[in-house]
Amino acid sequence: MAHVIPLEASGLHFSYGRGPVIDDVSLSLAPGEMLGVIGPNGSGKSTLLRLLSGVLRPSAGEIRVHGRAIAEYSRRDLARAIAVVPQDTVIEFPFSVTEVVLMGRSPHLGGFAFEGDRDLEVARRAMQRTGVLELAERSIHELSGGERQRVILARALAQEASLLLLDEPGAFLDIRHEVEIYDLLQALQSEGKSVLTVLHDLNLAALYCDRVALLKAGRLVRIGTPAQVITYSVLTEVYETEVYVDVNDITGAINVLPLSRKYRETLRRGRG
Amino acid sequence: MESEKLDPVPFVLSKFRAFVIQSPNGAMPYLTWRRFVAVNVVLAALLLASILLACIIGSVHVDLLRALQSGIADNTDRVILFQTRLPRVLLAAIVGAALATSGVALQGLLRNPLAEPHLIGVSGGAALGAVIGVIVGGRNAFTETSVLPLAAAGGALVSMAVIYRLSLVNGRLQPYVLLLAGVVYNAFAGALIMCVNAITDFYQAQGILFWLMGNLATQSYRLVATIGVYTLLGAGWLLLQTRQLNVLSLGEEGAMQLGVDVDRTRRATFLGASFLVGAVVSVSGMIGFVGLIVPHVMRLILGADHRLLLPASLLAGAMFLVWADTVARTALGVVEIPVGVVTALCGGPFFVYLLKREGRRVFG
Repeated sequence: MAHVIPLEASGLHFSYGRGPVIDDVSLSLAPGEMLGVIGPNGSGKSTLLRLLSGVLRPSAGEIRVHGRAIAEYSRRDLARAIAVVPQDTVIEFPFSVTEVVLMGRSPHLGGFAFEGDRDLEVARRAMQRTGVLELAERSIHELSGGERQRVILARALAQEASLLLLDEPGAFLDIRHEVEIYDLLQALQSEGKSVLTVLHDLNLAALYCDRVALLKAGRLVRIGTPAQVITYSVLTEVYETEVYVDVNDITGAINVLPLSRKYRETLRRGRG
Repeated sequence: MESEKLDPVPFVLSKFRAFVIQSPNGAMPYLTWRRFVAVNVVLAALLLASILLACIIGSVHVDLLRALQSGIADNTDRVILFQTRLPRVLLAAIVGAALATSGVALQGLLRNPLAEPHLIGVSGGAALGAVIGVIVGGRNAFTETSVLPLAAAGGALVSMAVIYRLSLVNGRLQPYVLLLAGVVYNAFAGALIMCVNAITDFYQAQGILFWLMGNLATQSYRLVATIGVYTLLGAGWLLLQTRQLNVLSLGEEGAMQLGVDVDRTRRATFLGASFLVGAVVSVSGMIGFVGLIVPHVMRLILGADHRLLLPASLLAGAMFLVWADTVARTALGVVEIPVGVVTALCGGPFFVYLLKREGRRVFG
């Protein structure tokens, strides 16, 4: 299994009607890799994720999951192969944390079925993994944003899929809870899960991802190691603003800092 | 997340819920077959007791033991019990069961605890369908069990489709629009029915009005049994969708990513709920709020899992309407109030309470 590419997209196109949202994007995810998808607002990051998770169908191009075309998968089989974590999940009814995590077992159950001992064991392990076991009996409505996101991550782990797709999983979290999520992803990655995550934060992308893919206006501008993609010249062009790029003394990863208008104009004048 | 203020009613209920749900070994709260059977057996026993009690209570007291003896000549107890009370109480149970069950299913599907067949215009659609059925097929022993329930189910399905389409704004279901569209649809269906009312002759019109207000007047056993079978079929069909409805709480996209065929589940649920509402509206008219009150209380006691919530609400809804009808029959002595009036008198304040409690989350 290890030599089969977990996720591979080639020549993807997609549009909601007015102009392309995804325009000829090809990328692949290696086993045990963490790939970050970055890009300005509206560059098509979330749409790409919805294509890769099978919620949307590309108008052209192909997606292969573990070597098989995504169209050949039933919804259930796909849910056993790919687990998705959205930015935020609103759950209308007062389910308990355990019940929400057990929903991750849904693709393994049929019809009107009840979860068995094994399902419960998988859910328990997933909750232990994301540190929400002590919340097991609480209602999902009583949790903070950070706790809720870890419950949703536990739900994704309960699916026992080897592929994890995430859409800015730390978008609504403070800095500590955000890095905790990415630390966990890194640990999962070292256990053989392949992770593809959309990120807004370039510094987190540089710190955690093996490779990053940079999108602009639906096109893949660049894909490679953070050092190859997150550079001053690429960022200023793609984000259309001046930034300060540096190397972190401790991690050796690239740091990107915003600049206020005063300094942006100074820099622009300096470049002539 | 705002912390909720301590609300005495849900607080007591949630303590009860903890008692019902926690297994003795302190395991995590989730639904097991044992709990599923235990809760439903207890509720079924309570329902049975309610039916027996409701048969005794009434403007004339019935001596149950005397009524059950077959040898007595001129046994008025027996006549009242078997020809007046029992069919009416059974019909109340069936109608309550169907309304509460369809309420659970619609709330789960639309992810809105305020979605109720009456409020979102589905009952109005069913009533319109039934009235059209009466005009086309007439009202007799044959059409009552076949044409009319189906016509009402058709009317309910049409209203559901229209209201669902109207409530989708940019592909997202808007709860405001859902309730508004329901109110408008009910008013529109009501106007059409009144129109028919004005055209048709006096006696039939009188019947339509009485029936519209929600009425459980004694019916034949044949009709009661037929509607009972329809209700069981519809509820069984909806029970098969409940696991998918649970997952749908994560949103349509989230459910898809967990392997749920959302379109299929939506069609199946609309169909099942329409069938249930149609079947009971065709005999009992528009009885509101049962599908709002019962699922909400059961959710507070038993939790949100639709696999348990649906059958438990079926039994509790049956019980609720049996007692509401007992009140309707007896509260004013010999004069009878339409049962729809009783449920609306309970339901109105309950709706306000829900709106205050849930409104922020539902509409916020």
